[in-house]
Amino acid sequence: MMDKKSERRTIKVNYMARVEGEGGLDIKIDDNRVSDVKLHIFEPPRFYEAFLRGRRFGEAPDITARICGICPVAYQMSSSHAMEDALGVKVGGPLRELRRLVYCGEWIESHTLHVYMLHAPDFLGYPDAIALAKDHPEVVKKALELKKIGNQIVTVLGGREIHPINLKVGGFYRAPTKKDLRELAENLKRALDIARETVHFTSGLPFPDFDQDYEYVALRHPDEYPFCEGRLVSNKGLDIDISQFSDFIEEHHVEHSTSLHARMKGRGDYHVGPLARYNLNFDRLSPESQALANEVGLGPVCLNPFKSIIVRAVEIFWAVEEALRIIENYEEPDQSCIEMTAAAGTGHGCSEAPRGILYHRYKIDDEGLIRDAVIVPPTSQNQGMIESDLRKFVQQYIDLPNDELQLKCEQAVRNYDPCISCSCHFLRLRIDRDGVQYDSRPEGST
Amino acid sequence: MSTNPKPKLAVWKFASCDGCQLSLLDCEDELLAVADAVDIANFPEASSAVVEGPYEISLVEGSITTPHDAERIQQIRKESGLLVTIGACATAGGIQALRNFKKIDDFLSIVYARPDYISTLDKSTPISEHVYVDFELRGCPINKMELLEVLNATLHDRKPNIKSHSVCVECKLRGTPCLMVSKGIPCLGPVTHAGCGALCPAYNRGCYGCFGPQESANTPALSKRFQDSLGVTQPDLVRAYRNFNAYAGAFRKEAEKHETKA
Repeated sequence: MMDKKSERRTIKVNYMARVEGEGGLDIKIDDNRVSDVKLHIFEPPRFYEAFLRGRRFGEAPDITARICGICPVAYQMSSSHAMEDALGVKVGGPLRELRRLVYCGEWIESHTLHVYMLHAPDFLGYPDAIALAKDHPEVVKKALELKKIGNQIVTVLGGREIHPINLKVGGFYRAPTKKDLRELAENLKRALDIARETVHFTSGLPFPDFDQDYEYVALRHPDEYPFCEGRLVSNKGLDIDISQFSDFIEEHHVEHSTSLHARMKGRGDYHVGPLARYNLNFDRLSPESQALANEVGLGPVCLNPFKSIIVRAVEIFWAVEEALRIIENYEEPDQSCIEMTAAAGTGHGCSEAPRGILYHRYKIDDEGLIRDAVIVPPTSQNQGMIESDLRKFVQQYIDLPNDELQLKCEQAVRNYDPCISCSCHFLRLRIDRDGVQYDSRPEGST
Repeated sequence: MSTNPKPKLAVWKFASCDGCQLSLLDCEDELLAVADAVDIANFPEASSAVVEGPYEISLVEGSITTPHDAERIQQIRKESGLLVTIGACATAGGIQALRNFKKIDDFLSIVYARPDYISTLDKSTPISEHVYVDFELRGCPINKMELLEVLNATLHDRKPNIKSHSVCVECKLRGTPCLMVSKGIPCLGPVTHAGCGALCPAYNRGCYGCFGPQESANTPALSKRFQDSLGVTQPDLVRAYRNFNAYAGAFRKEAEKHETKA
């Protein structure tokens, strides 16, 4: 594909596989220098912020869950917290614990899906987990078992794994009994071993040298590894209440994407997701999780985005531990939810989706109808970062032939576990090297 | 298994949340067996390997919302033997079909600073408005066991055994007392297609219509009950029908009827 005589080459990935949604990549190389990188997002727009207007505040969790089938719990949590904030209600006690438990379930299933089925094939040279299963059936079977346990938590608490029906503003329609949770605990104990093996498995993968000086942004809670509460902090001095989100972060609309790009005002791109959470909250992990991370040589700070796969594995292990802790201490609540009456107000919600912070803001009127909605998903926040990684990464590996470079670029994009459905949603890589076009999926193909 | 070459399966995505195709990966106990029975030839969410068509089975997720997608589905139809739509987006236009009741330009300017960068149709439409569909699997999301049943039936050359009664019947089968009768909670169960196993009522919540209208849904009778005995206001009634299956026949008509009166 590469023409060594010419001076400009183009690599295009028209439709990128193993990401959630529809995106592509255009890379231009002139005289062995990367001149342009564009992450194209052509996920068709679905206009959530528009049709949320005029809906009841209580409908937001069910409607926004449909933005993403991979992380519906994150949408339900951020929207519920935003509504509770608008109405001045705080959900505590066992209901708060149950919310953390269902979030553990989503992290376990989403991270396991990404680690084994979407990302590990890149490191090991397979097109997918099914091909991987032919050579390593026991690895894939255990992965499926781990993923299933995550889904089981969501199903027991939420009714079903995709678009759970039991989560609402104020709590739950029906709280689980102690007995409901007991069976989960048995399975979770087995999951703990698989999760530990996953940390060892991922740390043994081959990693390129690619440490980066990012601004990491994540929630930080006084005592806990973060899910739904805390201040928004960064390693470069950001420390704000989530209600100040829009004072510090702005969204841009660029021509090559149906997803808006988020940037820190006056500072530029920033990084959200497992790496950011881990680097800013290592001290909030359980001692066992910290010990495990140290055991595999990860340490308290990880600056290489390719190693995010190990960080995800550590987070799976932690989420399994946390789920077990919650189940052990669970006391059935007197009420399954806090009832709320409508009042005018504005509320903010921010939670740590598997891929990073998911911010919601709603303005509601005195009838409880939504007047304005703002939703900033993790992938829109990481888009700028992905492009900047690729610019540096391609430069570092500029001598590789286009097809190998393409595989490396796709792997670099998958470091972010991009959820393009969320960010609005597809990948297809195009490299323009000295004017010679390379296209992984030519126009006209379906 | 027979010695015939395995049928090729493709999974296609249009405007959607990815949840219905994720249902296939969520079949943790069955996924490897499915991969043994069919050749997963084109499934970008799960694999970077693509085998060229034609495909014996195409699963289509998502609704048609852009001029490019309206062309793409024609090409997919040509390459597909059996074309099965999975989920409320592909079968009824999805939640994004709420735009069908508004002016699209207003929607565009609410979300995007530069509407001129966006290419979109003014309506979100189901796949069946564009090409012939062999089977429609409902749900937001689909029930993964129903998906396995469709694949299984196809492999054995029989009709899929998918229930077509209402959620009401599923409550009776499950032994859940009627929420409307016993607690006065509004519930779309009497007019909603089965498939979820009557989940919501079992969790103390009225059905909110994820699987769309069942055939011969008596929506006027339910609306009367909602308004006369349960105190549901007209705007709330319209909102109840206008969800993930807002553009599906019976729900669309019933909402329009009450919207004009309001």
